[in-house]
Amino acid sequence: MELFFQQVLNGLTLGSIYGLVALGLTLVYGILHVPNFAHGALYMVGAYVSYITMVDFGVNYWVAMLLAAVAVALLAVLCERLVFNPLRHAPPIHDKIAAIGIMLFLEALVQMQWGAEFRRMPTPYTDILDIAGMTIPAQRVLIIAGAFSLMAVLHLFLKKTMTGSTIVAMAQNREGAFLVGIDANRVAMMTFAISGALAAVGATLFAPINLVYPAMGHLLIMKAFVIIILGGMGSIPGAIVGGLIIGFAEAFGGFYISTDYKDIIAFALLVVILSIKPTGLFSKGVH
Amino acid sequence: MLKIHNLTKRFGGLAAVNNVSIEFEANKINAIIGPNGAGKSTFFNLVAGAMAPTEGRIEYQGMDITGMACDRIARLGIARTFQTTMLFDQSTVLDNLIVGHRLRTQSRLWDVIINSKRLRDEEKKCRARAQEVLDFVGLSHIGHRITADISQEEKKRVAFALALATDPELVLLDEPAGGINPEETENLAALIRKMVDHGVTVCLIEHKMDMIMSLADKIMVIDHGEKIAEGTPDEVKNNPLVIEAYLGSDEDAAA
Amino acid sequence: MSALTKISNFFMTPAMKIAMIVAALLFPFVAGNEYQIYVMALAFVWAIAVYGMNIITGLCGQLNLAHGGFFAMGAYALAILTVDHGWAFWPAFIAAGAVGAILGFLVGVISLRLKEHYFAIFTLCVGFIIYLLLDKWEELTHGALGIINIPAPSGFGLVDFTETTPFYYLALAFMVLSIWLASRIAHSLLGRTFLAIRISDDLAASLGINLMRNKVLAFVLSTTYASVAGALYAGMVRFIGPAEAEVTHTFDMITYLLVGGIGTLMGPLLGTLVITWLTQSLQFLEEYRMIVFGPMLVVLVIFFPKGVVGSFLSWRGRRLAAAHDASQAKEKAASNTSSSKSSAASTQEAGNHA
Ligand SMILES: Nc1ncnc2c1ncn2[C@@H]1O[C@H](COP(=O)(O)OP(=O)(O)OP(=O)(O)O)[C@@H](O)[C@H]1O
Ligand SMILES: [Mg+2]
Repeated sequence: MELFFQQVLNGLTLGSIYGLVALGLTLVYGILHVPNFAHGALYMVGAYVSYITMVDFGVNYWVAMLLAAVAVALLAVLCERLVFNPLRHAPPIHDKIAAIGIMLFLEALVQMQWGAEFRRMPTPYTDILDIAGMTIPAQRVLIIAGAFSLMAVLHLFLKKTMTGSTIVAMAQNREGAFLVGIDANRVAMMTFAISGALAAVGATLFAPINLVYPAMGHLLIMKAFVIIILGGMGSIPGAIVGGLIIGFAEAFGGFYISTDYKDIIAFALLVVILSIKPTGLFSKGVH
Repeated sequence: MLKIHNLTKRFGGLAAVNNVSIEFEANKINAIIGPNGAGKSTFFNLVAGAMAPTEGRIEYQGMDITGMACDRIARLGIARTFQTTMLFDQSTVLDNLIVGHRLRTQSRLWDVIINSKRLRDEEKKCRARAQEVLDFVGLSHIGHRITADISQEEKKRVAFALALATDPELVLLDEPAGGINPEETENLAALIRKMVDHGVTVCLIEHKMDMIMSLADKIMVIDHGEKIAEGTPDEVKNNPLVIEAYLGSDEDAAA
Repeated sequence: MSALTKISNFFMTPAMKIAMIVAALLFPFVAGNEYQIYVMALAFVWAIAVYGMNIITGLCGQLNLAHGGFFAMGAYALAILTVDHGWAFWPAFIAAGAVGAILGFLVGVISLRLKEHYFAIFTLCVGFIIYLLLDKWEELTHGALGIINIPAPSGFGLVDFTETTPFYYLALAFMVLSIWLASRIAHSLLGRTFLAIRISDDLAASLGINLMRNKVLAFVLSTTYASVAGALYAGMVRFIGPAEAEVTHTFDMITYLLVGGIGTLMGPLLGTLVITWLTQSLQFLEEYRMIVFGPMLVVLVIFFPKGVVGSFLSWRGRRLAAAHDASQAKEKAASNTSSSKSSAASTQEAGNHA
């Protein structure tokens, strides 16, 4: 039973981070129809910013997280302005290739600057908690609590603020949004900024129990794509639920089936589901 | 020629086409009008097989084609143009048209590898057909141009030609005169009439009332997915339902 | 006719093709050292794979991000059959091509039901599954160790393909064959069919084109190209590992394709050669080449999406069209003064252009 709960905890940890990263991806997709292959690289840059500010400049964990969020948000906006905005009307293949170009560039840049070696991110929360007879590392609690509160904040932002509802309106109907005079440029930049910030926060939360290295975003971005396909591209609840599904599948699959193949589970799931239902799990037949 | 029985298409909760029944006769110009978002393009998509209807039946020349794949329907002789013209901008106008007759050919990969006689014959046939339809729409003088460089009206004509290259008996034209000036619109109307004179049945969607009223033999009016009227231009013009639901509410049409 | 027109016309003639082949045949004699021949042969092998990508992505418009995976699969099929099962090189080579075709068919049937972004993402995942399998399935693939001592192509006692120069000619022969087939396809009704799908699925279907059948055909052709190239690669470098399946190779190939000109006939070759030699001449770049290539991809798709060959072709197309119009105008003027001879001549001239 203890082991079972450990896996639940694992699944929850993985799922909340996956959900956070997938949220950013799905927001950008829903509004701009850009499958941002560079999103994983933004996540990676976020981790490095936190790492460098903490280790080299001795900044506090939370301040580092904030700095990373701001830095990556700006970087994401820069990508939108310089790359995706000019490609608005280009054939769909072009923005995908451009996104790949950004990804390759960021990874190479980080690698040139800081090398390819694996680094461990420090965290002030190294205690092991003992809750109801179970040992739980504090960082995991932090990840789960942090990710879900961020999701809640995002939800409130989208529901309660003017800017938020504009974003939702545009996600639902781009043309219509133009008609009622929404400033599409502002919304696009805003969306990229949010998506970048989410990635950076996710990275800073997750990296202490993982490693920091230039290719750390690869696997994650692919899983995030799997998640948003499962959850319906552009759907916010879909990203969260999809993230949890994949998180749990990996935790339990890795434990009960094989750790070697645990990374394949997400992709195998995708292949199976898309073979049966080409439009994804939760899509309503509307595109 | 085309009989539609209780055709319905729902997207989630929205009925884009709702219980429409109508019959189009051969060798006539049939028009479909209605406000933006009325479901006109969706109606075409259903007839052409681009999407399957939720309910209802489509009968073409006595054959039930409901839910049949788009490419099979094209081979049966229904061709279409799209609201936004899609062409390959980087090649010449003539090159764009050659593929139009592909559906009447048999060549496969093996023919391509050995460059078989069948392939060579069929390529000749497709090229000849492309030249023919280019002449038909009156563009033989620009066949060599890069498609990106021709005018909007010329592109519309090329799209017509491409549809005609499939040897259709019924052609569905979705807003052929969209984004085109009045003089060109008249020329396009003449071309549509010429198509009918050559034995092609035309079904068109259009917002330009002058064009429709002078061109159409029969008009169907749809609003919110439902057919609200059908008949000759005069009947439709004087139908109070149409005036109220469509003409009255749409400035476009009044103009 | 201006010199520029003459030169641009020359590029399109059979003489140009012959000149290129002669240059390729002579290359080993003018190359400074064996290493350069080796690099060129390797570029030819990659170019074969890029031609495959050009069929599915350039002609048919579907961005296949598993292409590098199929390349690796061809390499592994050959390596496993020769090293672990004692097959001779050429039967294993044919089998590797068949493996690419069959797996391509299976993957294609599933993935091509998806459109645009979904297809790209799905194939990205397929590529990653291939990588994970090659890395983890140790009984079959030797896992992370990779496979060593792969035999070189057998020369039947006539030539020794472990030598660089003979292998160079072998790679050249395969590449010329690949280009020949690619050109057959591109210029045939089949190529036009693929191109119609690239413009739009809806348009192609409305022209009576069976989307699924044609997309799967294009996909199988491309994966066969990739796995044949992979098998040749294995026979050239003689040892392979899971890194062969890393997605970076797919991205490299996209770069080659985009630089040369996506959807054009000579673009894949030109792009591969240019980038390969650029990387070679900037040795220090090897590891960090993406610092240059990444932004280059972005700049290309924004400002220069047709690539070198594509831009050349549309430039030339415009000139020809203008020349045609001019000659027609002249013809009109001439026919007004009723000179039927010159009009016939200028029609002839225009016909030659087209
Ligand atoms: N694939 C689809 N999925 C969901 N809704 C759709 C789809 N296609 C059309 N609709 C909806 O169906 C309704 C009818 O659309 P349709 O394009 O048929 O209108 P239309 O009469 O052609 O309008 P217009 O004159 O603007 O071209 C619209 O509300 C549209 O949003
Ligand atoms: Mg419409």
